[in-house]
Amino acid sequence: MKILVLIKQVPDTETSIKVSGAGIVDAGIKWIVSPFDEHALEEALRLKEKTGGTVIAASLGPDRVVEALRTAYALGADQAIHIKDDSYNVLDIGYAGSVLAKFVEAEKPDLILTGHVAIDSQSSMVPSMIAQTLGCANINNAIELKVEGNKVVVKREIEGGSAVMEASTPVVITAAKNLNEPRYPSLKGIMAAKKKQVDVKAADSFGSGFAKVEIVSLELPPPRPPGRIIDGDAPETKAKELVKALREEAKVI
Amino acid sequence: MAVLAVAELKGDSLKKISKELVSAGRTLGTPVVALLVNGNDAQAKELLGAGADTVVKATLANYSPEGMANIVSAVAKEKGAKIVLAAHSVLGRDYAGRVAVQLGANVAADVVSIKGSLENVELRKPVYSGKAFANIRIKSPAVITVRPNSQEVKAHSGAEAIETSSAGEGNVTGKITSTDMSGGSKIQLTDASIIVSGGRGIKGPENWPLLQALCDVTGAALGASRAAVDAGWISHSAQVGQTGKTVSPNCYIACGISGAIQHLAGMGSSKYIVAINKDKDAPIFKVATYGIVDDLFKVVPAMTDEFKKVLG
Repeated sequence: MKILVLIKQVPDTETSIKVSGAGIVDAGIKWIVSPFDEHALEEALRLKEKTGGTVIAASLGPDRVVEALRTAYALGADQAIHIKDDSYNVLDIGYAGSVLAKFVEAEKPDLILTGHVAIDSQSSMVPSMIAQTLGCANINNAIELKVEGNKVVVKREIEGGSAVMEASTPVVITAAKNLNEPRYPSLKGIMAAKKKQVDVKAADSFGSGFAKVEIVSLELPPPRPPGRIIDGDAPETKAKELVKALREEAKVI
Repeated sequence: MAVLAVAELKGDSLKKISKELVSAGRTLGTPVVALLVNGNDAQAKELLGAGADTVVKATLANYSPEGMANIVSAVAKEKGAKIVLAAHSVLGRDYAGRVAVQLGANVAADVVSIKGSLENVELRKPVYSGKAFANIRIKSPAVITVRPNSQEVKAHSGAEAIETSSAGEGNVTGKITSTDMSGGSKIQLTDASIIVSGGRGIKGPENWPLLQALCDVTGAALGASRAAVDAGWISHSAQVGQTGKTVSPNCYIACGISGAIQHLAGMGSSKYIVAINKDKDAPIFKVATYGIVDDLFKVVPAMTDEFKKVLG
């Protein structure tokens, strides 16, 4: 079984974001693999350990994403592919979906795994774009995955419950947090990953009909209106005052 | 040329986001066509009342992302839709990308503001966990997902057209074999206009009823911080934050939540934030509209009692 895991490199949550023009200042940003993509990679590695196969990790972006691909190597991926685009922007969702779909078509994997959302753009569009291009099913928010021959049985989280979906390969599956507990790379894995070859493919070679998004501006969020600490001589008095504020000032309850 | 807004249901009722989508659609141009899958005439009338010129009803007997995408795409083509608006929800994420590919459309997701025209759409969306906002322009045709609770619903009158489309699920390869909605009766976090959330400060799962009582009286959904989820006090489906759900209710009441950056990433766009915490230095107070520095075990029941009095 050939398993392709799409990973995205994103700024660490703790990193503070500084805006410059229509982009962010790269200096000082700590880049990580988007957390849900770690769950996708973990599931791929577990499947391989159980039933054999190959795990390929791929990432679209500038040269810095090679670091994310080395992390995938350190965790146990067999091959890493860098889809190189020096000007890739986090808001170019249609473009990313189109390029990655064509890349996946060329790779012909049995299973395509990725996180259910990337924490930078929070778009969740790319997986279903890939599935439509391939003419196969997409199953989002997986919390359990079983592969039986060319059939997958996936339990997914839905609003208010869960659902079990079945599909045949190829299929695009996105990982939710509860799918598994990702492993940590071993020191040996990290050392070995440094020597491994990361294959490079130009994003251009997967052409895209999608015009890149025009970014008018990037702004820091507007400051929140100043808050008010509600004082009082007892918790009950404060609670009463808060209820009054929510009812009469904010008018939200 | 038209805008197609794809409605979403929760059980027997129309989700608020459905009306937000038709109202937002009107700001771009008309006609606004609302697609109602598996809905009834009462729901269709609600959509007309929020800004739809026409409601198209369609049937999808067995839900699948593929079937839903095929119906949306077929109706979009039938109606000459230049813009398709969908909820940025579990359902919307299932099919929006598929529709974009079928229509050869541009995409934008999780937007909080929509302006412009049917040709050029100006959008605003949070990026980097709400640490920045991007103002972007895309050309139609475009498929856009909209963050629930981000749009105003504007009453509209005059339209009465309800049609039925014969669009079907088409070619489907992935099927649902069973569903379990045992947790289904509660109000969904992502749709809720009020959320009461608990963190490490609630001390243990035995204390959820205290927060649930406040939820019950105010019609709020119950949420939790990662600390409470990781401690095993509540299921991950209740988690608000970076690795949980992103919510933007009108009112978010954080009880015993310190306000780590990962938590703020999930609820920072709430309109009003209330923080109840014993620690006056908790970072949550920096974003709170109203703060109470006190013991939540005393404040929360007192709030519940007070709401019971004023709400009857």
